[in-house]
Amino acid sequence: MERIDRIEQALRDAFDPVELRVKDQSHLHAGHAGARDGLGHFDVFIVSDAFKDVGRVRRHQMVYAAMGDMMQTDIHALAIRARAVDE
Amino acid sequence: MDINERIKGQLDAHPVLIYIKGTPDFPQCGFSSQAVAALKACGTEFAYFNIFEDEEVRQSLKTYSNWPTFPQLYVNGELIGGADIVIDMYKSGELKPLLEEATAEA
Repeated sequence: MERIDRIEQALRDAFDPVELRVKDQSHLHAGHAGARDGLGHFDVFIVSDAFKDVGRVRRHQMVYAAMGDMMQTDIHALAIRARAVDE
Repeated sequence: MDINERIKGQLDAHPVLIYIKGTPDFPQCGFSSQAVAALKACGTEFAYFNIFEDEEVRQSLKTYSNWPTFPQLYVNGELIGGADIVIDMYKSGELKPLLEEATAEA
């Protein structure tokens, strides 16, 4: 499975999102120091009930936790926009 | 000294501390660069730590705050966030008063 598909799958499993968009932005960072290790840059937009009444830092921590080992093996940077359903 | 105590010591010593890749004048990652630019634009003093100079701090910070990426901004020892959150807070006008309050107390 492609990297981006594994990221999407992990987010779907963890948060049962009503909206989810994952974009691979690795091409924007080709050549800079963080890209040389072969890890990717991704942009995540996710809307889920799981983020209701949850603060900003905690939302990011939840998304990072859902990525698990991929933060070490596949992902250099993850831009995260995590919203609750009514936001 | 235990690494977590070292990190805690750094956070105790600096009310505004950002862990970045590189230095404020020569950031080595676009995200660190953007976060530093937001701090500079607020005009308050801040401390930085270049995580490339200390692999132990770099690795331990990932678990210290359950935050696996850099930059990481701390105010009064509390994780404020990474580049996304710092830039959002700058744009919404939340960042400057937070930093001003923290540095005024110091």
